[in-house]
Amino acid sequence: MEAKKDKNPRIRVKMESTEFGDLLSDKKKNDFHQVHHHKDTFITKYIFSQDHKMIAKQYLITGVLFMGFIGIALSLLFRLQLAWPEESFAVFDIFLGKWAPEGVMDPNIYLALVTIHGTIMVFFVLTAGLSGTFSNLLIPLQIGARDMASGFLNMVSFWLFFLSSAIMIASLFVEAGPAAAGWTIYPPLSALPQAQSGSGMGMTLWLISMAIFVASSLLGSLNYIVTVINLRTKGMSFFRLPLTIWAFFVTAIIGVISFPVLLSAALLLIMDRSFGTSFFLSDIFVQGEVLHYQGGSPVLFEHLFWFLGHPEVYIVLLPALGITSEIIATNSRKPIFGYRAMVASILAIAFLSTVVWGHHMFISGMNPFLGSVFTFTTLLIAIPSAVKAFNYITTLWKGNLQFNPGMLFSIGLVSTFITGGLTGIILGDSTLDINIHDTYFVVAHFHLVMGISALYGLFAGVYHWFPKLFGRMMNKNLGYIHFWVTAISAYGVFFPMHFVGMAGLPRRYYTNTAFPYFDDLADINVIITLFALLAGAAQLVFLYNFIHSMFFGKEAEKNPWKSTTLEWTAPVEHMHGNWPGEIPHVYRWAYDYSKPGQQDDFVPQIIPIGKDEEITEH
Amino acid sequence: MIGLLTGAVLVLMGIAIWQINNIYQLIQNKLGNKRDDSQIANEKDNDLQGKLMFAFLVFIYVVTIYCFWAYSKVLLPEAASEHGVPYDRLLWISFAIILFAQTITQALLHYFAYKYRGINNRKAFFFTHDNNLELVWTVIPAIVFFILIIYGMVTWSNIMNFNEDDEDAIVIELYAQQWNWKARYAGQDNVLGDANVRFLNDYDGRNTVGIDSSDPNGWDDIVVTQEFHIPVNKKIIFKMRSQDVLHSAYMPHFRAQMNCVPGMITEFSFTPTKTTAEMRMNADVAAKVDRINKIRYDNSQKLIAKGEESLEPYQFDYLLLCAKICGTSHYNMQMKIVVDTEKDYNKWISSKEAFSSIMQ
Repeated sequence: MEAKKDKNPRIRVKMESTEFGDLLSDKKKNDFHQVHHHKDTFITKYIFSQDHKMIAKQYLITGVLFMGFIGIALSLLFRLQLAWPEESFAVFDIFLGKWAPEGVMDPNIYLALVTIHGTIMVFFVLTAGLSGTFSNLLIPLQIGARDMASGFLNMVSFWLFFLSSAIMIASLFVEAGPAAAGWTIYPPLSALPQAQSGSGMGMTLWLISMAIFVASSLLGSLNYIVTVINLRTKGMSFFRLPLTIWAFFVTAIIGVISFPVLLSAALLLIMDRSFGTSFFLSDIFVQGEVLHYQGGSPVLFEHLFWFLGHPEVYIVLLPALGITSEIIATNSRKPIFGYRAMVASILAIAFLSTVVWGHHMFISGMNPFLGSVFTFTTLLIAIPSAVKAFNYITTLWKGNLQFNPGMLFSIGLVSTFITGGLTGIILGDSTLDINIHDTYFVVAHFHLVMGISALYGLFAGVYHWFPKLFGRMMNKNLGYIHFWVTAISAYGVFFPMHFVGMAGLPRRYYTNTAFPYFDDLADINVIITLFALLAGAAQLVFLYNFIHSMFFGKEAEKNPWKSTTLEWTAPVEHMHGNWPGEIPHVYRWAYDYSKPGQQDDFVPQIIPIGKDEEITEH
Repeated sequence: MIGLLTGAVLVLMGIAIWQINNIYQLIQNKLGNKRDDSQIANEKDNDLQGKLMFAFLVFIYVVTIYCFWAYSKVLLPEAASEHGVPYDRLLWISFAIILFAQTITQALLHYFAYKYRGINNRKAFFFTHDNNLELVWTVIPAIVFFILIIYGMVTWSNIMNFNEDDEDAIVIELYAQQWNWKARYAGQDNVLGDANVRFLNDYDGRNTVGIDSSDPNGWDDIVVTQEFHIPVNKKIIFKMRSQDVLHSAYMPHFRAQMNCVPGMITEFSFTPTKTTAEMRMNADVAAKVDRINKIRYDNSQKLIAKGEESLEPYQFDYLLLCAKICGTSHYNMQMKIVVDTEKDYNKWISSKEAFSSIMQ
C-alpha cells in the first residue's frame, strides 16, 4: 500500500483506515478510497484548490490580512472621532467622502463604522480567519490524514467565505450607508429603514453576507468534525490528539449547534423587513405613522441572536486556547500540564457556553428570574476557564522556555485572558450588570478577551506555523517588536476604558460632548486613541514581516521548533496527500518533551515506545 | 495634501528602518559576529525576552495603579438610591476579589516566564499532571464563585422583585422615542392610563405618549418633558415604554437601567435617597463639577477667541440617558432628573397639566 514516490504528477494516493475504521467496515486495514490527482493548473493550485493547506492560506490572507486590515482601519477612524470630537480630519475626507462634510464625521456613519468593525472582527477575522486557517492547516496534518474528508466541500466553504466578505465590503459603499445598528443588529432599529438609513440596503447586504457566511462556516465545521472522527491515522486515539485538534473539533461542534440559530434569526428578520411579518416588531410609530406590525418582540431576536452570540465568542476563543497549549508546550520543552484537565475544560466550556446567553440580556426586560439562572451558569463557566489559566502557568513552571515570537504571544494570551476574564465575573453578575450594561466597561472586557486574547492566539499561530505554511521563517526581531509594541498598546487602550465605563459613559456614542457631565473623560479618550494608533502602527510591522518572509524569509527546515506533533514530519515542500509513502503511525501522546531517559528533549509522536521506556501517558 | 505628506513620511520611515536593519546586519558581518540567522530564539534572545517579561509585569502593575490613582475621581459618586448601597458593596467586594486574583496570577505567569527562561542549557521538568492540584484550583475558585453567585442573586432578587401594588409608591412612565424622553405621572389615582402608539395622532399630535382617552385612569396623567422630579425617600416604580426602537433608560447615579421595548412595558423600581441639592454638596460631586467647569472655561476661551459665545458653567444634575443604540442622536437622548424634598415635589407636580386638559 505505497504511493509512487517518483516525480510523476499523477500521484495515486490511498487513504488509509485507522483502527477505528474497523467499526465502519468489516475488513482490517482497508483503503478508504483512492484519489487521483491530475497535474495542477494555476487555477486548480491557487484559486479553486481542494488542498487543505492552500485553503488555509486563502483563509489567512482573506480573513486576517485583508479583512483584518479593514477592520482595524475602521476602528482607528472612529477612535479619532472619539478623541477629538467633531474635528475635521483629512483622513475622514479621503475615506468617508460624503459622510464627512468638510472633514467632520457624520453621526450616522459613526454608528455604521462601529457596526461593520464589530462584524468584520468577530466573524471574518476571528472566526473564519482563525478557525478557517488553523483548522484547515492542522487537522489533517496533526491527525495524520491525507486531506479533509471532502476537499470539494472545503473549497466551497472558502469561496462562500470569500463571497460573503466581498458582499460585506460592498455594503460599505451603498448610498444610504452600511448597516448601522451595531454588530448585534437588534430590531426594530435594524428592521426599519425609516428608523435609520443604514437599515435599508446596507442591512439587506449585511444579512445576505452573513447568511452566506453561516453556510461557509457550517460546511467548514462539518468537514472538520467528520475528518477528526474518521481520518485519524493508526495509533492516533482521541487522547493522543494534540490540544489544537480537541479545540478545533469542539469548536466545530459548537458552531454546528449555534450558527443555524443565527441564520434563523436573520431569516425571520428578512421576513419582517421584506414580507410584512411581525416576529420581532409590534406597536411601532415612526416618521409620523403607526406601522402595521403586531405581536412580535425584539426580545425574541435577542434570544435567538445571543444563542449564537455567546457560543460564538467561545468559537473565537477555543481555537486560540488550543493553539496556545501547543505553542507553550513546544516552547517550554515540557508537556502541557494537565492534558486531561485541559480536555475536560474545553468540553465543559463548550457545554456551558450554550446555556449562558442570557447574560447579554439581563436588563432586556426578560423575566428577572432568568437573570438569576444566567448569573449562575455564567459564573460556573469561569471555573474551567480558571483551570486552563492555572494549567498554562504550571506548564511554564520549571520549563526551559524558548522565547520565539509565537511563545511571547501565547504567554500574552494567557495574561490578557486572565485580565479580561476576571472583569467578566463582574459583568456576569446580573446585579452589577445593571449599571455597567452597554457602557465602555463591556467594550473593555470583550476587547481584552476577544480582540486581544484571541488575536494573540492568531498571531502566535501564524508565527509558529509560518514554516509549515510557506516553508520559510518569519523574522524574529520584527516579531519581538510587533509583540512588545502591541502588548503595551493593548493594555494602554483597554485598561483606562474600564474606568470610562464605570463613570457611566454608554457605548456607541458618536460624541460625549452632549453631556457636560462627561467632559472630564475627554483626556482619557485621547490617551486611549493614542495607544490605539500606536497599536495600529505596530500591525504594519507584522504585515511587512509576513509579506517579506513569504518570499524572502529564511528557508525553513522540516521541524524548526523541535515539536512532537505530526505536522512537522511532513516534507517542507507541500504535496497533495501530505506524506510521500505511508502516513506515519502514532505510538505516543503529543507531549513527550524532556522525558527522562530520552536522548533528545523531545520525542515525536511517530517514534515507537523504546524497549526500556516507561509508558507514562496514554 | 496633509494625507500625501503623512503617507510619504510613513513610507520614508519604513525605508529608513529597513536600511538601518541592513546596515546593522552588514556591521555584524564585518565584525565577524557569528550571525545566527536561523530566526529561532537562542539563549541570548531567551535571556532578553525573559527579562522583558518580568518588566512587563511591572508595567501591568504600574498601569493598574496609575489608572486607579488618576481615574478613580471620574467614577460615579456614592449611590443616590436605597438599593445602590448594596450594589456598590457587591461591586467593591467583587473588585477586591478579582484584583487579588489578577495580582497573584499575573505575577506567577510573568515571574515564571522570567525565572525559567531558556539559558544556561537548563533542563525542563517532565511534569505531566497532578490531579490533586487540579482539584485544589477547581474547588477554590468554585467556592469563591458560589459565594459571589449567592450574594449577587440575593441582591438581584431584592432589587427586581418589588411589590408592584405598593400603594405608597409613585408610578412614573418613562417614554422613549427617537430621540428624547418623556415622563408620565399616574396622577392622583396612581394608576397609569392605558396607552398605545395608535393614539399618538389623536388631538392634533398633542397626545404625545399615546394615552387611550377611553380609559379613565389616564385622564389625570401628567406628561412632562425636559426634566422630571421625584421626591426623596419615596419608592418610585418606573414603567418603560418605547415608541419606535429599543432604547435603554439608564440612570447611573441611582444604579438603575432597564431597556425600553416597543410593544412591551418593562419596569424598574428604586427609592432615591439624596436630593439634588444634597448631591451637589457631596465632596466628590463638587470636585467633579469644579474639574468640569475648569475644562469648560478653557474651552470657552477658545470659543471667545473665535468670536463665539462662551459656554455656561455646569451645575450637577441627575441624568436619564439612553444606553441602547437607537439611531442618529443616540448620543444626545437625555432628560434631567431632579430629586426634591416632598414639599418641593408636591409644589412642582401640582403646577403641571393633566391629560384631561388636552382632551378638552
